Amino acid sequence: MMEWLQPIQNLLGPVWLPLWTAVKIMLIVMPLMGAVAYLTLAERKVIGWMQIRIGPNRVGYFGLLQPLADGLKLFMKEIIVPSGSNKFLFVIAPIMVLMPALAAWAVVPFNAELVLSNANAGLLYILAMTSLGVYGVIIAGWASNSKYAFLGCLRSAAQIVSYEIAMGFALVTVLMAAQSLNLGEIVRGQHGSYGMLNWYIIPLFPMFVVYLISGVAETNRAPFDVAEGESEIVAGFHVEYSGMAFALFFLGEYANMILVAFLTSIMFLGGWLSPVPFLPDSIVWMFGKVAFVLFLFLWFRATFPRYRYDQLMRLGWKVFIPVSLIWVVVVGAWMQTSYWLW
Amino acid sequence: MSFFDVVFYLFACITVLAGVGVVVARNPVHAALFLVLAFCSTAGIWMLLEAEFLAITLVLVYVGAVMVLFLFVVMMLDINLVQLREGFWRWFPFGALLAGLMVFEMIWVLGSRQTADVSRAIVHAADYSNTKELGRLIYTQYVYPFELAAVILLVAMVAAIALTLRRRSGVKSQNVAEQVKVRKADRLRIVKMESEPKVNNK
Repeated sequence: MMEWLQPIQNLLGPVWLPLWTAVKIMLIVMPLMGAVAYLTLAERKVIGWMQIRIGPNRVGYFGLLQPLADGLKLFMKEIIVPSGSNKFLFVIAPIMVLMPALAAWAVVPFNAELVLSNANAGLLYILAMTSLGVYGVIIAGWASNSKYAFLGCLRSAAQIVSYEIAMGFALVTVLMAAQSLNLGEIVRGQHGSYGMLNWYIIPLFPMFVVYLISGVAETNRAPFDVAEGESEIVAGFHVEYSGMAFALFFLGEYANMILVAFLTSIMFLGGWLSPVPFLPDSIVWMFGKVAFVLFLFLWFRATFPRYRYDQLMRLGWKVFIPVSLIWVVVVGAWMQTSYWLW
Repeated sequence: MSFFDVVFYLFACITVLAGVGVVVARNPVHAALFLVLAFCSTAGIWMLLEAEFLAITLVLVYVGAVMVLFLFVVMMLDINLVQLREGFWRWFPFGALLAGLMVFEMIWVLGSRQTADVSRAIVHAADYSNTKELGRLIYTQYVYPFELAAVILLVAMVAAIALTLRRRSGVKSQNVAEQVKVRKADRLRIVKMESEPKVNNK
Protein backbone atom coordinates (compact mmCIF):
# COMPACT_ATOMS: atom_id res chain seq x y z
CA MET A 1 0.00 0.00 0.00
CA MET A 2 2.89 2.31 0.82
CA GLU A 3 4.70 1.95 -2.53
CA TRP A 4 2.66 4.50 -4.42
CA LEU A 5 3.36 7.05 -1.68
CA GLN A 6 7.12 6.65 -2.10
CA PRO A 7 7.60 9.53 -4.64
CA ILE A 8 5.74 11.96 -2.37
CA GLN A 9 7.85 10.80 0.55
CA ASN A 10 11.07 11.49 -1.37
CA LEU A 11 9.79 14.87 -2.47
CA LEU A 12 8.90 16.07 1.04
CA GLY A 13 11.99 14.72 2.85
CA PRO A 14 12.01 15.51 6.58
CA VAL A 15 8.56 17.12 6.47
CA TRP A 16 7.09 13.78 5.41
CA LEU A 17 6.85 12.11 8.83
CA PRO A 18 4.98 14.83 10.72
CA LEU A 19 2.74 15.41 7.69
CA TRP A 20 1.94 11.73 7.25
CA THR A 21 1.25 11.42 11.01
CA ALA A 22 -1.12 14.38 10.80
CA VAL A 23 -2.91 12.68 7.90
CA LYS A 24 -3.22 9.49 9.96
CA ILE A 25 -4.55 11.47 12.93
CA MET A 26 -7.17 13.04 10.68
CA LEU A 27 -8.06 9.57 9.37
CA ILE A 28 -8.90 8.56 12.94
CA VAL A 29 -10.49 11.80 14.17
CA MET A 30 -12.78 12.50 11.22
CA PRO A 31 -14.56 9.10 11.24
CA LEU A 32 -14.67 9.34 15.04
CA MET A 33 -16.50 12.65 14.86
CA GLY A 34 -18.86 11.15 12.29
CA ALA A 35 -19.43 8.19 14.60
CA VAL A 36 -20.14 10.58 17.47
CA ALA A 37 -22.70 12.45 15.37
CA TYR A 38 -24.50 9.30 14.31
CA LEU A 39 -24.27 7.78 17.78
CA THR A 40 -26.53 10.60 18.96
CA LEU A 41 -29.01 9.65 16.24
CA ALA A 42 -28.70 5.96 17.12
CA GLU A 43 -29.31 6.81 20.75
CA ARG A 44 -32.50 8.70 20.00
CA LYS A 45 -33.71 6.02 17.61
CA VAL A 46 -32.93 3.08 19.91
CA ILE A 47 -34.41 4.70 23.00
CA GLY A 48 -37.39 5.75 20.89
CA TRP A 49 -38.03 2.18 19.79
CA MET A 50 -37.59 0.90 23.31
CA GLN A 51 -40.27 3.33 24.46
CA ILE A 52 -42.51 2.53 21.46
CA ARG A 53 -41.88 5.86 19.76
CA ILE A 54 -40.47 6.53 16.33
CA GLY A 55 -37.60 8.85 17.18
CA PRO A 56 -36.35 11.59 14.86
CA ASN A 57 -37.72 11.01 11.35
CA ARG A 58 -38.26 14.47 9.86
CA VAL A 59 -34.83 15.64 8.72
CA GLY A 60 -33.81 13.52 5.78
CA TYR A 61 -34.94 10.00 5.01
CA PHE A 62 -35.27 7.98 8.26
CA GLY A 63 -33.98 11.03 10.19
CA LEU A 64 -30.50 10.48 8.79
CA LEU A 65 -29.69 14.19 8.51
CA GLN A 66 -30.78 14.93 12.08
CA PRO A 67 -27.18 15.04 13.52
CA LEU A 68 -26.20 17.57 10.83
CA ALA A 69 -29.21 19.70 11.62
CA ASP A 70 -28.40 19.54 15.34
CA GLY A 71 -24.78 20.45 14.67
CA LEU A 72 -25.81 23.39 12.50
CA LYS A 73 -28.25 24.59 15.13
CA LEU A 74 -25.61 24.50 17.88
CA PHE A 75 -23.13 26.18 15.57
CA MET A 76 -25.45 29.12 14.93
CA LYS A 77 -26.17 29.70 18.59
CA GLU A 78 -24.51 32.46 20.53
CA ILE A 79 -21.82 31.52 23.01
CA ILE A 80 -22.58 33.37 26.21
CA VAL A 81 -19.70 34.03 28.58
CA PRO A 82 -21.11 34.84 32.02
CA SER A 83 -19.91 38.06 33.60
CA GLY A 84 -17.62 37.42 36.53
CA SER A 85 -16.43 34.19 35.00
CA ASN A 86 -12.80 33.47 34.33
CA LYS A 87 -12.81 34.00 30.53
CA PHE A 88 -9.68 32.04 29.64
CA LEU A 89 -10.50 29.00 31.74
CA PHE A 90 -14.16 29.17 30.72
CA VAL A 91 -13.20 28.86 27.06
CA ILE A 92 -10.47 26.28 27.61
CA ALA A 93 -12.58 23.88 29.72
CA PRO A 94 -14.58 22.28 26.86
CA ILE A 95 -11.32 21.83 24.98
CA MET A 96 -9.84 20.13 28.03
CA VAL A 97 -12.72 17.64 27.99
CA LEU A 98 -12.38 16.84 24.30
CA MET A 99 -8.57 16.79 24.08
CA PRO A 100 -7.83 13.69 26.22
CA ALA A 101 -10.84 11.91 24.73
CA LEU A 102 -9.17 12.28 21.32
CA ALA A 103 -5.56 11.82 22.47
CA ALA A 104 -6.30 8.38 23.89
CA TRP A 105 -7.07 7.11 20.36
CA ALA A 106 -3.36 7.24 19.49
CA VAL A 107 -2.73 3.74 20.86
CA VAL A 108 -6.05 2.04 20.03
CA PRO A 109 -5.50 -0.78 17.51
CA PHE A 110 -8.26 -1.38 14.95
CA ASN A 111 -6.84 -4.64 13.63
CA ALA A 112 -3.50 -6.42 13.64
CA GLU A 113 -1.75 -3.68 11.61
CA LEU A 114 -3.95 -0.64 11.86
CA VAL A 115 -2.72 1.41 14.83
CA LEU A 116 -1.33 4.93 14.98
CA SER A 117 1.27 4.27 17.68
CA ASN A 118 2.10 0.73 18.69
CA ALA A 119 3.27 1.89 22.13
CA ASN A 120 4.59 -0.62 24.65
CA ALA A 121 2.89 1.13 27.55
CA GLY A 122 -0.37 1.61 25.65
CA LEU A 123 -2.69 0.60 28.47
CA LEU A 124 -0.96 2.96 30.91
CA TYR A 125 -1.17 5.75 28.35
CA ILE A 126 -4.92 5.18 27.99
CA LEU A 127 -5.35 5.28 31.76
CA ALA A 128 -3.33 8.50 32.00
CA MET A 129 -5.26 10.19 29.19
CA THR A 130 -8.69 9.23 30.49
CA SER A 131 -7.71 10.50 33.94
CA LEU A 132 -7.07 13.94 32.42
CA GLY A 133 -10.67 14.36 31.27
CA VAL A 134 -11.78 15.31 34.77
CA TYR A 135 -9.87 18.61 34.52
CA GLY A 136 -12.27 19.95 31.92
CA VAL A 137 -15.15 19.20 34.26
CA ILE A 138 -13.52 20.84 37.28
CA ILE A 139 -12.36 23.92 35.37
CA ALA A 140 -15.75 24.34 33.68
CA GLY A 141 -17.53 24.26 37.02
CA TRP A 142 -15.13 26.64 38.69
CA ALA A 143 -14.65 29.13 35.87
CA SER A 144 -18.41 29.59 35.36
CA ASN A 145 -18.59 31.46 38.66
CA SER A 146 -21.93 29.88 39.43
CA LYS A 147 -22.96 27.90 42.50
CA TYR A 148 -24.94 25.38 40.47
CA ALA A 149 -22.12 24.72 38.04
CA PHE A 150 -19.68 24.43 40.94
CA LEU A 151 -21.82 21.91 42.83
CA GLY A 152 -22.34 19.93 39.64
CA CYS A 153 -18.61 19.89 38.95
CA LEU A 154 -17.82 18.65 42.47
CA ARG A 155 -20.31 15.81 42.14
CA SER A 156 -19.12 14.87 38.71
CA ALA A 157 -15.42 15.05 39.50
CA ALA A 158 -15.79 12.99 42.69
CA GLN A 159 -17.67 10.38 40.70
CA ILE A 160 -15.09 10.22 37.92
CA VAL A 161 -12.15 10.00 40.35
CA SER A 162 -13.86 7.24 42.38
CA TYR A 163 -14.69 5.00 39.45
CA GLU A 164 -11.25 5.44 37.93
CA ILE A 165 -9.76 3.35 40.72
CA ALA A 166 -12.00 0.34 40.11
CA MET A 167 -11.42 0.75 36.38
CA GLY A 168 -7.65 0.77 36.92
CA PHE A 169 -7.77 -2.43 38.95
CA ALA A 170 -9.91 -4.12 36.31
CA LEU A 171 -7.21 -3.24 33.80
CA VAL A 172 -4.53 -4.64 36.14
CA THR A 173 -6.13 -8.09 35.87
CA VAL A 174 -6.15 -7.77 32.08
CA LEU A 175 -2.48 -6.91 31.96
CA MET A 176 -1.71 -9.80 34.31
CA ALA A 177 -3.54 -12.18 31.99
CA ALA A 178 -1.96 -10.77 28.84
CA GLN A 179 1.44 -10.10 30.45
CA SER A 180 1.73 -6.97 28.36
CA LEU A 181 0.67 -3.34 28.40
CA ASN A 182 0.54 -3.21 24.62
CA LEU A 183 -3.08 -3.24 23.42
CA GLY A 184 -2.18 -5.23 20.31
CA GLU A 185 -0.45 -7.85 22.45
CA ILE A 186 -3.49 -8.00 24.73
CA VAL A 187 -5.68 -8.92 21.75
CA ARG A 188 -3.11 -11.42 20.48
CA GLY A 189 -3.05 -13.00 23.96
CA GLN A 190 -6.73 -13.88 23.45
CA HIS A 191 -6.01 -15.70 20.20
CA GLY A 192 -6.52 -19.45 20.34
CA SER A 193 -8.17 -22.40 18.70
CA TYR A 194 -11.44 -22.16 20.60
CA GLY A 195 -12.63 -18.80 19.32
CA MET A 196 -14.57 -16.86 21.89
CA LEU A 197 -13.68 -19.27 24.73
CA ASN A 198 -10.16 -17.84 24.55
CA TRP A 199 -11.29 -14.31 25.29
CA TYR A 200 -10.52 -12.77 28.66
CA ILE A 201 -14.20 -12.27 29.37
CA ILE A 202 -14.31 -15.92 30.53
CA PRO A 203 -11.65 -15.85 33.31
CA LEU A 204 -12.11 -12.14 34.07
CA PHE A 205 -15.90 -11.99 33.92
CA PRO A 206 -16.33 -10.08 37.22
CA MET A 207 -13.78 -7.56 35.99
CA PHE A 208 -15.63 -7.24 32.69
CA VAL A 209 -18.75 -6.28 34.60
CA VAL A 210 -16.82 -3.88 36.86
CA TYR A 211 -15.11 -2.29 33.87
CA LEU A 212 -18.28 -1.88 31.87
CA ILE A 213 -20.25 -0.32 34.73
CA SER A 214 -17.30 1.90 35.70
CA GLY A 215 -17.07 2.90 32.06
CA VAL A 216 -20.70 4.00 32.14
CA ALA A 217 -20.02 5.96 35.33
CA GLU A 218 -16.79 7.47 33.94
CA THR A 219 -18.56 8.84 30.90
CA ASN A 220 -21.35 10.31 33.07
CA ARG A 221 -23.98 8.24 31.32
CA ALA A 222 -27.33 7.13 32.69
CA PRO A 223 -27.94 5.57 35.22
CA PHE A 224 -24.90 7.40 36.64
CA ASP A 225 -25.62 10.78 35.05
CA VAL A 226 -25.87 12.66 38.35
CA ALA A 227 -23.71 15.35 36.74
CA GLU A 228 -26.72 16.31 34.66
CA GLY A 229 -29.46 15.17 37.04
CA GLU A 230 -32.24 17.22 35.46
CA SER A 231 -34.59 16.37 38.30
CA GLU A 232 -32.23 17.80 40.95
CA ILE A 233 -29.64 20.25 39.66
CA VAL A 234 -30.51 20.66 35.96
CA ALA A 235 -27.28 20.03 34.08
CA GLY A 236 -24.32 20.23 36.40
CA PHE A 237 -20.96 21.66 35.49
CA HIS A 238 -21.99 22.82 32.00
CA VAL A 239 -25.06 24.77 33.03
CA GLU A 240 -23.53 28.10 31.96
CA TYR A 241 -22.39 26.91 28.56
CA SER A 242 -24.27 27.46 25.32
CA GLY A 243 -23.87 26.84 21.63
CA MET A 244 -20.76 25.08 20.36
CA ALA A 245 -18.97 25.24 23.73
CA PHE A 246 -21.82 23.18 25.17
CA ALA A 247 -21.70 20.83 22.20
CA LEU A 248 -17.99 20.18 22.81
CA PHE A 249 -18.80 18.64 26.20
CA PHE A 250 -21.16 16.24 24.48
CA LEU A 251 -18.67 15.49 21.72
CA GLY A 252 -16.24 14.56 24.51
CA GLU A 253 -18.81 12.43 26.29
CA TYR A 254 -19.74 10.47 23.18
CA ALA A 255 -16.11 10.13 22.07
CA ASN A 256 -15.36 8.72 25.52
CA MET A 257 -18.27 6.30 25.18
CA ILE A 258 -16.90 5.01 21.90
CA LEU A 259 -13.44 4.78 23.47
CA VAL A 260 -14.74 2.71 26.40
CA ALA A 261 -16.59 0.49 23.92
CA PHE A 262 -13.37 -0.03 21.95
CA LEU A 263 -11.35 -0.76 25.10
CA THR A 264 -13.96 -3.22 26.38
CA SER A 265 -13.89 -5.11 23.11
CA ILE A 266 -10.08 -5.02 22.94
CA MET A 267 -9.48 -6.19 26.49
CA PHE A 268 -12.33 -8.56 27.18
CA LEU A 269 -13.99 -9.46 23.88
CA GLY A 270 -10.96 -10.31 21.78
CA GLY A 271 -10.75 -7.17 19.64
CA TRP A 272 -10.60 -8.07 15.94
CA LEU A 273 -10.51 -11.85 16.64
CA SER A 274 -13.31 -13.95 15.29
CA PRO A 275 -15.70 -15.51 17.86
CA VAL A 276 -15.72 -18.85 16.05
CA PRO A 277 -12.57 -20.60 14.81
CA PHE A 278 -13.78 -21.25 11.24
CA LEU A 279 -14.25 -17.58 10.33
CA PRO A 280 -11.27 -15.28 9.63
CA ASP A 281 -10.25 -12.49 12.03
CA SER A 282 -11.20 -9.12 10.69
CA ILE A 283 -11.77 -5.49 11.56
CA VAL A 284 -15.48 -6.19 11.00
CA TRP A 285 -15.58 -8.18 14.26
CA MET A 286 -14.02 -5.23 16.03
CA PHE A 287 -16.69 -2.81 14.85
CA GLY A 288 -19.40 -5.37 15.55
CA LYS A 289 -18.27 -5.76 19.17
CA VAL A 290 -17.95 -1.99 19.59
CA ALA A 291 -21.48 -1.54 18.22
CA PHE A 292 -22.75 -4.15 20.68
CA VAL A 293 -21.13 -2.44 23.68
CA LEU A 294 -22.46 0.94 22.52
CA PHE A 295 -25.91 -0.60 22.23
CA LEU A 296 -25.53 -1.72 25.87
CA PHE A 297 -24.84 1.92 26.81
CA LEU A 298 -28.05 3.03 25.12
CA TRP A 299 -29.99 0.11 26.56
CA PHE A 300 -28.85 1.02 30.09
CA ARG A 301 -30.06 4.53 29.58
CA ALA A 302 -33.48 3.41 28.45
CA THR A 303 -33.83 0.84 31.24
CA PHE A 304 -32.43 2.01 34.56
CA PRO A 305 -33.55 4.89 36.77
CA ARG A 306 -30.85 7.28 37.97
CA TYR A 307 -28.74 6.23 40.94
CA ARG A 308 -28.90 8.35 44.04
CA TYR A 309 -25.54 10.02 44.72
CA ASP A 310 -24.68 8.17 47.94
CA GLN A 311 -25.64 4.83 46.39
CA LEU A 312 -23.37 5.61 43.47
CA MET A 313 -20.44 6.32 45.78
CA ARG A 314 -21.19 3.19 47.79
CA LEU A 315 -21.18 1.06 44.66
CA GLY A 316 -17.85 2.49 43.56
CA TRP A 317 -15.96 2.39 46.84
CA LYS A 318 -17.55 -0.44 48.80
CA VAL A 319 -18.43 -2.90 46.07
CA PHE A 320 -16.28 -2.45 42.98
CA ILE A 321 -12.94 -1.66 44.58
CA PRO A 322 -13.01 -4.66 47.01
CA VAL A 323 -14.26 -6.98 44.26
CA SER A 324 -11.54 -5.90 41.87
CA LEU A 325 -8.84 -6.13 44.57
CA ILE A 326 -9.92 -9.68 45.40
CA TRP A 327 -10.03 -10.64 41.74
CA VAL A 328 -6.46 -9.40 41.24
CA VAL A 329 -5.34 -11.86 43.94
CA VAL A 330 -7.53 -14.64 42.53
CA VAL A 331 -6.15 -14.20 39.02
CA GLY A 332 -2.59 -14.04 40.39
CA ALA A 333 -3.05 -17.32 42.27
CA TRP A 334 -4.96 -18.91 39.39
CA MET A 335 -2.16 -18.13 36.95
CA GLN A 336 0.29 -20.06 39.12
CA THR A 337 -1.74 -23.25 38.77
CA SER A 338 -2.10 -25.46 35.72
CA TYR A 339 -5.79 -24.60 35.46
CA TRP A 340 -5.01 -21.25 33.81
CA LEU A 341 -5.82 -21.93 30.16
CA TRP A 342 -5.66 -18.43 28.62
CA MET B 1 19.90 21.68 16.51
CA SER B 2 18.12 18.42 16.01
CA PHE B 3 14.42 17.71 16.42
CA PHE B 4 15.23 16.12 19.78
CA ASP B 5 16.85 19.33 21.08
CA VAL B 6 13.97 21.49 19.88
CA VAL B 7 11.47 19.33 21.72
CA PHE B 8 13.63 19.22 24.82
CA TYR B 9 14.06 23.02 25.03
CA LEU B 10 10.38 23.51 24.33
CA PHE B 11 9.38 21.28 27.23
CA ALA B 12 12.11 22.72 29.46
CA CYS B 13 10.96 26.30 28.80
CA ILE B 14 7.33 25.40 29.49
CA THR B 15 8.33 23.67 32.72
CA VAL B 16 10.32 26.65 33.97
CA LEU B 17 7.67 29.18 32.97
CA ALA B 18 4.96 27.09 34.59
CA GLY B 19 7.08 26.84 37.73
CA VAL B 20 7.39 30.62 37.82
CA GLY B 21 3.65 30.81 37.24
CA VAL B 22 2.98 28.62 40.28
CA VAL B 23 4.87 31.09 42.45
CA VAL B 24 3.64 34.39 41.04
CA ALA B 25 0.01 33.52 40.22
CA ARG B 26 -2.37 35.57 42.35
CA ASN B 27 -5.18 33.09 42.23
CA PRO B 28 -4.44 29.76 43.99
CA VAL B 29 -6.50 27.84 41.40
CA HIS B 30 -4.32 29.30 38.65
CA ALA B 31 -1.24 28.31 40.65
CA ALA B 32 -2.50 24.73 40.91
CA LEU B 33 -3.21 24.63 37.17
CA PHE B 34 0.30 25.95 36.45
CA LEU B 35 1.63 23.10 38.57
CA VAL B 36 -0.36 20.67 36.42
CA LEU B 37 1.24 22.20 33.33
CA ALA B 38 4.68 21.83 34.92
CA PHE B 39 3.98 18.13 35.63
CA CYS B 40 2.82 17.53 32.07
CA SER B 41 5.86 19.11 30.48
CA THR B 42 8.16 17.26 32.88
CA ALA B 43 6.47 14.06 31.74
CA GLY B 44 7.32 15.12 28.20
CA ILE B 45 10.99 15.50 29.13
CA TRP B 46 11.02 12.07 30.78
CA MET B 47 9.44 10.64 27.66
CA LEU B 48 12.40 12.02 25.69
CA LEU B 49 14.69 10.09 28.06
CA GLU B 50 12.78 6.90 27.12
CA ALA B 51 11.45 6.63 30.66
CA GLU B 52 7.92 6.09 29.39
CA PHE B 53 6.71 4.28 32.50
CA LEU B 54 7.77 7.09 34.82
CA ALA B 55 6.45 9.75 32.44
CA ILE B 56 3.01 8.17 32.13
CA THR B 57 2.85 7.39 35.84
CA LEU B 58 3.65 11.02 36.61
CA VAL B 59 0.66 12.09 34.53
CA LEU B 60 -1.54 9.31 35.89
CA VAL B 61 -0.75 9.76 39.58
CA TYR B 62 0.20 13.41 40.04
CA VAL B 63 -1.89 15.05 37.34
CA GLY B 64 -4.78 12.61 37.23
CA ALA B 65 -5.22 12.01 40.95
CA VAL B 66 -3.17 14.15 43.33
CA MET B 67 -3.71 17.51 41.63
CA VAL B 68 -7.42 16.82 41.15
CA LEU B 69 -7.84 16.44 44.90
CA PHE B 70 -5.62 19.49 45.40
CA LEU B 71 -7.82 21.54 43.11
CA PHE B 72 -10.87 20.30 44.99
CA VAL B 73 -9.51 21.73 48.22
CA VAL B 74 -8.04 24.91 46.74
CA MET B 75 -11.25 25.78 44.89
CA MET B 76 -13.24 25.75 48.09
CA LEU B 77 -10.82 27.86 50.11
CA ASP B 78 -11.67 31.44 50.84
CA ILE B 79 -8.25 33.01 50.61
CA ASN B 80 -7.45 36.54 51.63
CA LEU B 81 -4.54 37.54 49.41
CA VAL B 82 -3.53 40.57 51.48
CA GLN B 83 -3.24 38.46 54.58
CA LEU B 84 -1.33 35.84 52.62
CA ARG B 85 1.26 38.35 51.42
CA GLU B 86 1.81 40.00 54.76
CA GLY B 87 5.07 38.38 55.86
CA PHE B 88 6.57 38.22 52.37
CA TRP B 89 9.65 40.40 52.90
CA ARG B 90 10.26 38.99 56.36
CA TRP B 91 10.56 35.45 55.01
CA PHE B 92 12.19 36.42 51.71
CA PRO B 93 15.83 35.94 52.86
CA PHE B 94 15.01 32.49 54.19
CA GLY B 95 13.33 31.48 50.93
CA ALA B 96 16.16 32.90 48.84
CA LEU B 97 18.68 30.99 50.94
CA LEU B 98 16.76 27.75 50.41
CA ALA B 99 16.52 28.35 46.66
CA GLY B 100 20.23 29.13 46.45
CA LEU B 101 21.05 25.97 48.37
CA MET B 102 18.99 23.85 45.97
CA VAL B 103 20.60 25.44 42.90
CA PHE B 104 24.02 24.75 44.42
CA GLU B 105 23.11 21.12 45.12
CA MET B 106 21.86 20.58 41.58
CA ILE B 107 24.99 22.10 40.06
CA TRP B 108 27.09 19.98 42.37
CA VAL B 109 25.36 16.71 41.47
CA LEU B 110 24.87 17.31 37.76
CA GLY B 111 28.32 18.83 37.27
CA SER B 112 30.35 16.19 39.10
CA ARG B 113 32.47 13.62 37.32
CA GLN B 114 30.41 10.69 38.60
CA THR B 115 27.40 11.89 36.69
CA ALA B 116 29.35 12.86 33.62
CA ASP B 117 28.06 12.16 30.11
CA VAL B 118 24.37 11.84 30.79
CA SER B 119 23.58 14.39 28.12
CA ARG B 120 21.90 11.68 26.02
CA ALA B 121 19.70 8.86 27.17
CA ILE B 122 20.82 5.38 26.23
CA VAL B 123 18.87 4.48 23.13
CA HIS B 124 17.20 1.10 23.21
CA ALA B 125 15.65 -1.09 20.55
CA ALA B 126 11.98 -0.59 19.73
CA ASP B 127 10.89 -3.79 21.50
CA TYR B 128 12.60 -2.79 24.76
CA SER B 129 9.97 -2.36 27.44
CA ASN B 130 10.89 0.14 30.10
CA THR B 131 7.92 -1.00 32.21
CA LYS B 132 8.99 -4.65 32.20
CA GLU B 133 12.58 -3.81 33.14
CA LEU B 134 11.45 -1.58 36.00
CA GLY B 135 9.11 -4.26 37.28
CA ARG B 136 11.85 -6.86 37.13
CA LEU B 137 14.25 -4.66 39.10
CA ILE B 138 11.68 -3.62 41.70
CA TYR B 139 10.55 -7.16 42.41
CA THR B 140 14.01 -8.77 42.46
CA GLN B 141 16.90 -6.53 43.39
CA TYR B 142 14.97 -3.85 45.27
CA VAL B 143 12.14 -5.96 46.62
CA TYR B 144 12.76 -5.14 50.32
CA PRO B 145 13.01 -1.35 49.94
CA PHE B 146 9.96 -1.50 47.69
CA GLU B 147 7.90 -3.51 50.16
CA LEU B 148 9.05 -1.23 52.97
CA ALA B 149 7.88 1.83 51.04
CA ALA B 150 4.56 0.10 50.40
CA VAL B 151 4.09 -0.64 54.11
CA ILE B 152 4.91 2.96 55.03
CA LEU B 153 2.33 4.18 52.54
CA LEU B 154 -0.23 1.76 53.92
CA VAL B 155 0.42 2.97 57.46
CA ALA B 156 0.05 6.57 56.30
CA MET B 157 -3.21 5.70 54.59
CA VAL B 158 -4.64 3.94 57.64
CA ALA B 159 -3.50 6.84 59.83
CA ALA B 160 -5.14 9.41 57.55
CA ILE B 161 -8.42 7.51 57.63
CA ALA B 162 -8.19 7.01 61.40
CA LEU B 163 -7.61 10.75 61.90
CA THR B 164 -10.81 11.70 60.10
CA LEU B 165 -12.88 8.88 61.54
CA ARG B 166 -15.25 10.15 64.18
CA ARG B 167 -18.35 8.69 65.60
CA ARG B 168 -21.40 10.85 65.93
CA SER B 169 -24.56 9.85 67.66
CA GLY B 170 -27.93 10.37 66.13
CA VAL B 171 -26.82 9.85 62.55
CA LYS B 172 -29.30 8.17 60.25
CA SER B 173 -27.82 5.81 57.75
CA GLN B 174 -29.02 3.02 55.54
CA ASN B 175 -28.23 -0.59 56.15
CA VAL B 176 -28.06 -1.74 52.59
CA ALA B 177 -27.70 -5.44 53.40
CA GLU B 178 -30.89 -5.27 55.42
CA GLN B 179 -32.68 -3.45 52.63
CA VAL B 180 -31.64 -6.05 50.10
CA LYS B 181 -32.76 -8.88 52.35
CA VAL B 182 -36.31 -7.55 52.55
CA ARG B 183 -38.81 -9.92 50.95
CA LYS B 184 -42.28 -9.26 49.73
CA ALA B 185 -43.80 -11.05 52.73
CA ASP B 186 -42.12 -8.58 55.15
CA ARG B 187 -43.91 -5.58 53.77
CA LEU B 188 -46.99 -6.80 52.04
CA ARG B 189 -49.95 -8.68 53.45
CA ILE B 190 -52.40 -10.09 50.98
CA VAL B 191 -55.85 -10.41 52.45
CA LYS B 192 -58.28 -12.82 50.95
CA MET B 193 -61.79 -11.60 51.46
CA GLU B 194 -65.23 -12.22 50.17
CA SER B 195 -66.46 -9.77 47.63
CA GLU B 196 -69.00 -7.44 49.15
CA PRO B 197 -72.62 -7.90 48.21
CA LYS B 198 -73.78 -5.37 45.71
CA VAL B 199 -75.45 -2.43 47.34
CA ASN B 200 -78.42 -1.07 45.58
CA ASN B 201 -78.30 2.65 45.82
CA LYS B 202 -81.42 4.14 44.54
